[in-house]
Amino acid sequence: MKKSVLLGTVAATAAFIGGAAMAAEGDTLKAVKARGELICGVNTGLVGFAAPDASGNWAGFDVAICKAVAAAVLGDPAKVKYVPTTGQTRFTALSSGEVDVLARNSTYTFSRDTDLKLDFIGVNYYDGQGFMVRKDLGVTSAKELDGATICIQTGTTTELNLADYFKANNMSYQPVNIDSNAEGEQQYMAGACDAYTTDASGLAATRAAFADPENHIILPEIISKEPLAPAVRHGDNNWGDIVRWTLNALIAAEEYGVTSANIEELATNSENPEVQRLLGASDDLGKMIGLDKDWAKNAIKASGNYGEIFAKTIGEETPIGLARGLNAQWTQGGLLYAPPFR
Amino acid sequence: MADISAPAATPFRLSMLLYDRRYRSMTIQVFVFILVMAFAWWLVGNTIQNLRVMGKDFDFGFLGQRAGYDIPSPPIPYTSDDTHLRATIVGLLNTVIVSVLGCIAATVLGITVGVARLSNNWLFARLMTIYVEMFRNIPLLLWILIVYAIFTEVLPPPNAYRGEDPAASMILFDNVALTNRYTAIPTLGMTNNPGDLDLGYRILINWAVIAFAVVLIGGWFLRKAVLANAQKVQDATGDRPVTWWKNLAIMTVPSLLLIWYFGLHLVPPELKGFNFAGGLNVQNGFVALWLALTLYTGAFIAEIVRAGILAVSKGQSEAAFALGLKPNWTMNLVILPQALRVIIPPLISQYLNLTKNSSLAIAVGYMDLRGTLGGTTLNQTGRELEAIVLMMLIYLALSLIISGAMNVYNNRVKLKER
Repeated sequence: MKKSVLLGTVAATAAFIGGAAMAAEGDTLKAVKARGELICGVNTGLVGFAAPDASGNWAGFDVAICKAVAAAVLGDPAKVKYVPTTGQTRFTALSSGEVDVLARNSTYTFSRDTDLKLDFIGVNYYDGQGFMVRKDLGVTSAKELDGATICIQTGTTTELNLADYFKANNMSYQPVNIDSNAEGEQQYMAGACDAYTTDASGLAATRAAFADPENHIILPEIISKEPLAPAVRHGDNNWGDIVRWTLNALIAAEEYGVTSANIEELATNSENPEVQRLLGASDDLGKMIGLDKDWAKNAIKASGNYGEIFAKTIGEETPIGLARGLNAQWTQGGLLYAPPFR
Repeated sequence: MADISAPAATPFRLSMLLYDRRYRSMTIQVFVFILVMAFAWWLVGNTIQNLRVMGKDFDFGFLGQRAGYDIPSPPIPYTSDDTHLRATIVGLLNTVIVSVLGCIAATVLGITVGVARLSNNWLFARLMTIYVEMFRNIPLLLWILIVYAIFTEVLPPPNAYRGEDPAASMILFDNVALTNRYTAIPTLGMTNNPGDLDLGYRILINWAVIAFAVVLIGGWFLRKAVLANAQKVQDATGDRPVTWWKNLAIMTVPSLLLIWYFGLHLVPPELKGFNFAGGLNVQNGFVALWLALTLYTGAFIAEIVRAGILAVSKGQSEAAFALGLKPNWTMNLVILPQALRVIIPPLISQYLNLTKNSSLAIAVGYMDLRGTLGGTTLNQTGRELEAIVLMMLIYLALSLIISGAMNVYNNRVKLKER
């Protein structure tokens, strides 16, 4: 917590003295190439989305986006430096130039996109806010939470949704403000709050890390739309394009059946003109955004296409066990729809 | 005629600014001043330029927008529909509350421990030394976190009080419930509620509170009058009239009458749904912060008090003993009044430290100024510079008020040379 106080102040100061000038130059691509490393803002630790594994390597759904961008830009998915950010420090870290990309389950909202001068480059996970309670509390619906004490991460959209939801339903609650998911987990486990609220995906990920996940339920109500999107600084459109189309490449790859297993093969002998363009076999799309011909191929090779990443990090086979739901391809009834590569 | 006229004034030359001792210090001061101003100008100019490049302006308009977030147990009415300005004021009040209560408790604790460290009882004095060294030498943040963690992990959750055979039971005649979220204490209920006085800006004060304040302040002045009268009688006749029962009556009877009139009684908290209701739920974050601030600052104050007492020469206490004053009279009438002169100035710094340290509240989710304006408001509006600048100004004003008030007191107790 002390760190966040410090970081916030330092970052805010830096933003207005030095960092902003760099941000304004609008040449993040050049800076990343010169540095030989992508600096990626991630969660301080949310299993499945971004968390260091046993050997200290970051892994997860958001981390895979960082790796894909690093692979597209630098040709090597390992050339990423991960900067853990809290709900409070994340946007300051981005706008001050401390990180190049923020892939930290952050909700895409109007005021963040405009007033905070960020650019969300496309949704990588369609989420909604939910509640988790202990089974023995006997609660089956969020409507029964009148008077409850609820742990909430401060500085998030969920904090505002929570206030709105309880007001709309004429219920009262006691907020317990926490700074990070780890702190929320600890407070919730100690019984300092009856319910923990955050994005449903975050709840599932948090529950998966419990010793007794079967004793906790996620209530059926989803009280908000939380489109989680990676973000870049406003103003550097070329860099925004690179990150946006890297994400689109991962989504398109799943749609066209390009996987990390068959990508080399398809790159040389695919009949599909769309796949040829995507993998740089015919047109050189990379040149238009200042990257190599192989940029998309490298990005997909980093951790596979969108579907592979999902299955590996948060899918139904993992302890987190999230279904694709809204995050299926548009052809499967979901919302993922990559614009054409042309 | 021996003319000792002043030496002819040497005409001013530019090099004298550097080589003449009369002008040199002036030159250096002007030079440093210009440097400082240039740095400040560069800083401000840079900020303005960078803000413009980022497309951000410097505007406090966000204070008028809807806050949208909730604050646990606000001291004045507050809902998520209120503005960021009101949230800021709630945070400021929370800061003031914890600071004032912390200063009072730390002073009491510090004086007690400071005196006890000089005790002739070896064990007692050593125990106090251990306390002082423990708290002085471990960072405050750790103390806040450990106190909070103890509350959270050791105390039972509210639903442990539920059922026929609850795992936990309330203390103090079923009036207080300690839980891992808050301490539920009774509130005062009135059968004959006189209503509220609206000070505007939805700040309400109950008429009963005003009535009690008037009675107590009036009683204070009445008591002074009684004592002055007794002094007058004593000066005139040599006999001091008995005053204690008059003073006791002045201080208690009107209050008792008011209690009877308003039908004041305790309303104990009751478990309703998930939490205790009816009483007052004092958040653990607040208690942890208050306790840690008190214990931490108390250790410093103890050292200041000890130093102050040791600064009074030993001859003073020996003279007092020689006059036959009892030890506690010696302490209260001879030593402490003189020690206060040494104690007050460093005490002011401790009060300022405590107030500023209260911004560590963020660690335990107590929504003080740092938690509202510098935390959630800053985050939801993205106005880092404005929020931080405003917060700095508020803390500055708060500190200046405290040191101003304490300096008034210091001027009253300091050595008066006649």
